[in-house]
Amino acid sequence: MNAPATTTSMPSQSADGDKIAVKDLKFYYGNNLALKNITLGLRTNKVTAFIGPSGCGKSTLLRVLNRMYDLYPNQRAEGEVLLDGENILNPKQDLNLLRARIGMVFQKPTPFPMTIYENIAFGIRLYEKIAKSELDGRVEKALRGAALWDEVKDKLSASGLSLSGGQQQRLCIARSVAIHPEVILFDEPCSALDPISTSKIEELIDELQENYTIAIVTHNMQQAARVSEFTAFMYLGELVEFGDTSKIFTSPSQKRTQDYITGRFG
Amino acid sequence: MTDMAIEDAVAQTMVASRARALNAFKFGDATFYWMTRIAAICVLLILGGIIAYLIVGAWPALTTYGLNFLSTQRWAPELDPPVLGGLAPIYGTLLTSAIALLIAVPVGLGVAVFLTELCPQWLRRPIGIAVELLAGIPSIIYGMWGFFVLGPALANTIEPAIVSFFARVPVLNVIFAGPTSNQSIFNASLILAIMVLPFITAIARDVFLTVPPVLKEAAYGVGCTTWEVVRSVMVPYTRVGLIGGIMLALGRALGETMAVTFVIGNAFRVQASIFAPGTTISAAIASEFAESADLYQSALILLGLLLFVLTFFVLAAARLMLMQLRRRAGG
Repeated sequence: MNAPATTTSMPSQSADGDKIAVKDLKFYYGNNLALKNITLGLRTNKVTAFIGPSGCGKSTLLRVLNRMYDLYPNQRAEGEVLLDGENILNPKQDLNLLRARIGMVFQKPTPFPMTIYENIAFGIRLYEKIAKSELDGRVEKALRGAALWDEVKDKLSASGLSLSGGQQQRLCIARSVAIHPEVILFDEPCSALDPISTSKIEELIDELQENYTIAIVTHNMQQAARVSEFTAFMYLGELVEFGDTSKIFTSPSQKRTQDYITGRFG
Repeated sequence: MTDMAIEDAVAQTMVASRARALNAFKFGDATFYWMTRIAAICVLLILGGIIAYLIVGAWPALTTYGLNFLSTQRWAPELDPPVLGGLAPIYGTLLTSAIALLIAVPVGLGVAVFLTELCPQWLRRPIGIAVELLAGIPSIIYGMWGFFVLGPALANTIEPAIVSFFARVPVLNVIFAGPTSNQSIFNASLILAIMVLPFITAIARDVFLTVPPVLKEAAYGVGCTTWEVVRSVMVPYTRVGLIGGIMLALGRALGETMAVTFVIGNAFRVQASIFAPGTTISAAIASEFAESADLYQSALILLGLLLFVLTFFVLAAARLMLMQLRRRAGG
């Protein structure tokens, strides 16, 4: 699906193996500076976790990556966000195409008000005109990919809203996977779920990274440690520390990171 | 010991005073209960009274004409005995309301989508207030405007153009046929559409605002355009409220009297062309009731009863539709 790394225009990208490179990103809510000169990269087909206390800007950063902030007036971003070397903050960027390439799963499950089948098929039909039989196959594959197929295969025509919270969240993941994105953003995907649903989602994220580049915002530090390869610690709109998850959690170089992961504040 | 005795006594007086206080409340409670109950009963009594009056008043016409009243087009109160049929006003009522909704629903939903999704922030309040002001204009003003401005414009310019455009198209050349007149079914339908537009817009805007932002974000997040978000997420999510708003508008259109009486022409005829004059139930009653008597008056009351029944069925149909929608959605 992706262009081979050698054809990317920015040599630094292919060298780093970064799917998304954020450079000197500033973000404003009105006059309020919410992100201060963030620079980091999301490694291709790896999970990158964002941790930090509430209000530190991690969800904001995620919402910049698929330009979700564009829906609201008075929110703007400065700097560069390169997806395969192309700046997505460019005003000419086609937002629908961008969001097809960068899927998002939200804190609360957001099934659409339609049947389970339609929840998945809807997104596919937006981009492709395919026969019913092929569509059926794609829906099944997406639901299998989200480890939901066995639970819903007999009630595909039931409302998506009739599922439990954990199932709804996996339905939303299936919906994202169905349109073959390249990146999936998870914004605290488990904060409204019970421990069993949480562990299912975590297993799923682990499997998904084989094919997708993943960013996950989480308040749960054990979760960050379990699922991610890289971790970014943010505080008050700044990127304090970014590196291998194992290093961040065992020997962080910054005192503030140390204090946060040991629970001294946050 | 004495301390405890004193405490006991204090506790007992407290219990007693508490019981007294509760007693006082009990009286207030009972009063409140009965006041609300009487208010609720009043509604039923008034409704029952109106139905009883309509049936009693319509009885002579009902026994004279029977079911023929529904299929007779002729309206000749000057004959002896008078020949009276309700087909033309019933047809006119249904047709004007249907055309009005056909125009007002898409426009109203469009305005609501624009206001909630697309409109720049600074323009939202002015347009919103303008729509609400539209709802506040008395219907007589609409009637006069339709009579003096819209009617001549339609009859002299717009309708002749439509007539000649469809002159060679079968079916449509019957629906859009001349001669055009200042007062017509189409004129009344347009006035009704303008009158119910603010209802549909205001309700649609309010229910669209109840869609959780995160649900819209999720839809935009899979790459939907605004149109796809509206069609596939916002409208299904808010369908109960939307249908309620449309039914409210339909109820208003069915019963609207003054403006329609001005512009419809009060002709008791069933004509295929919507550019011809016609009448509606409420327009017929308003324009003829003062000079009517006996069986003639009874027939007008029967028309009123029919309007009442019609409105009742519209509401019942709306309820049924909502129930079915809920069942189909599996929620």
